[in-house]
Amino acid sequence: MTQENLTAAEYHVCPDADIAERGRVLVEAGGTEIGIFRIKGRLYAYENRCVHQGGPVCRGGVLGRWEERLDDGGRVVGGDFSEDQIDIACPWHGWEYDLQTGVNIADPRFRLRSFAVSVRDGHVYVTV
Amino acid sequence: MERWSNSADGPQLEAAILKTEPRRGLLSNAVKEAKARGLYDIPIVDVDCHIIETMNMADLVPFIRNPAIRHLYSTHPSTANMDLAGSYGDRDVGGRIFRDAPTPGTRGAPSVTGLLDDMKLIGIDYASIFPTPMLALGGHPDPVVEVAIAQAYNRWLVETYLGGDTRARAMLYLPFNDPEASLREVEELGDKPGVIGFMVTSVRKTPIYHNDYMPTYAALQERGLPIGFHSGPNWHSASASAQLNRFLTVHALDFPLYNILQLFNVVINGLPERFPRLKWIFFEAGLFWLAFAVQRLDHEFLMRPSEAPLLKRRPSEYIREMFFATQPLEYPDKMEYLEMVFDMIDGESQLLYASDYPHWDFDLPSRIYDLPFLSDDGRRQILGGNAMKLFDLPEPKPLSATEVDL
Repeated sequence: MTQENLTAAEYHVCPDADIAERGRVLVEAGGTEIGIFRIKGRLYAYENRCVHQGGPVCRGGVLGRWEERLDDGGRVVGGDFSEDQIDIACPWHGWEYDLQTGVNIADPRFRLRSFAVSVRDGHVYVTV
Repeated sequence: MERWSNSADGPQLEAAILKTEPRRGLLSNAVKEAKARGLYDIPIVDVDCHIIETMNMADLVPFIRNPAIRHLYSTHPSTANMDLAGSYGDRDVGGRIFRDAPTPGTRGAPSVTGLLDDMKLIGIDYASIFPTPMLALGGHPDPVVEVAIAQAYNRWLVETYLGGDTRARAMLYLPFNDPEASLREVEELGDKPGVIGFMVTSVRKTPIYHNDYMPTYAALQERGLPIGFHSGPNWHSASASAQLNRFLTVHALDFPLYNILQLFNVVINGLPERFPRLKWIFFEAGLFWLAFAVQRLDHEFLMRPSEAPLLKRRPSEYIREMFFATQPLEYPDKMEYLEMVFDMIDGESQLLYASDYPHWDFDLPSRIYDLPFLSDDGRRQILGGNAMKLFDLPEPKPLSATEVDL
């Protein structure tokens, strides 16, 4: 058993059906605030602490990434909110993270602390 | 013990569900950051935080002296007639950035008392209040309007919020397009409790080296009151920034640009030689612009000293005696870059922590506290000591972590 396993504990969160697509729950488990999100069916769990200044990132807006469309000549011809890349923006300063990886979209060296999340018998559990 | 109870036979651990709506509780994260560093036990002075004074326009109206302007704003107590060029632009990145209710967007706190409540959570002992929309008032085409609004704002702030047992302080607004009116503000309000200096908007059209301003500088020096230049954006059609298409680039360029303009004017016109006891402060452009300003100005001065005949030293030597608010402190790729800027301007003695809260790019005190290259004393000086000396503030009663409750 690793040290991590020795100190980890699993917490019951809520019924699986309570977290809608692109929805979230924010919980406190073992003294840590954690946001649990559903993106394209899968659940992801991150600490509610932005890497930047410790902001409440998990209270932020969830939005498809804004992507500009170029034509073959490099001209900007419009833009779309992505259906694949779904990000969360910290409400304090707008630092944005990919919700499927926790990686900052402006600089991949920054990432949110993530937690294992699982579904058993129709209920969500997070390991802290 | 709790962690060991999660065996197959033990009771199930329950996570506590936290509310995410309405938009409240954002500052609970600031409390955690402050407690983790013991910031409630360190005197912290925030030299730049903001209200939206125009949300209180109806309260300001009785303080407007000019009868025509008073009538105008009694009828329409809003900014509608102000022509504030700096007021447009999407600060909140399409709503991605927001604050706890009741602060609308990030433009400023609706009230001074509400702002002070937030300051306490953040760990700030003294808060120097600045307006928000009025930061663009220096570009108003009609000085009569600027003077009327400035007089009202200053008196409203002084009579309603400053003085007594409060943690609020203010550098009052100088309606600098009217030099005589500016002097009158210093003479009438400079000695009022809670007034710690006067502020000029960096974005402006009138040259701050003009002889007409010398009586105001002299009056400030005589009273020991610092003068501050608060920067801002200028996306107006006549500005260089009109070529930029994003708020990001306008904000990145204009805040340093207008502080550079005023710093260059102050130094090269020899104002520090003319008013050697006057303290100069520059607000809200981060710090890296200073690396450019210092090196560029010294270089040109060495070639053209006859254009700056009042100077007895290099420009950088005057600049090292000035004060600079730290926000928005840059996030450099390598910390050594920032350390070098601190060294260039004697950061530990000349920098003043500023939050700019609740604006979109605010800094918590932890930004300063966590800088690895500062000495313990330097850290405390920047967070509060330098400002307490500069503004002659008494040692505050420490905020107690136990009193902080959301």
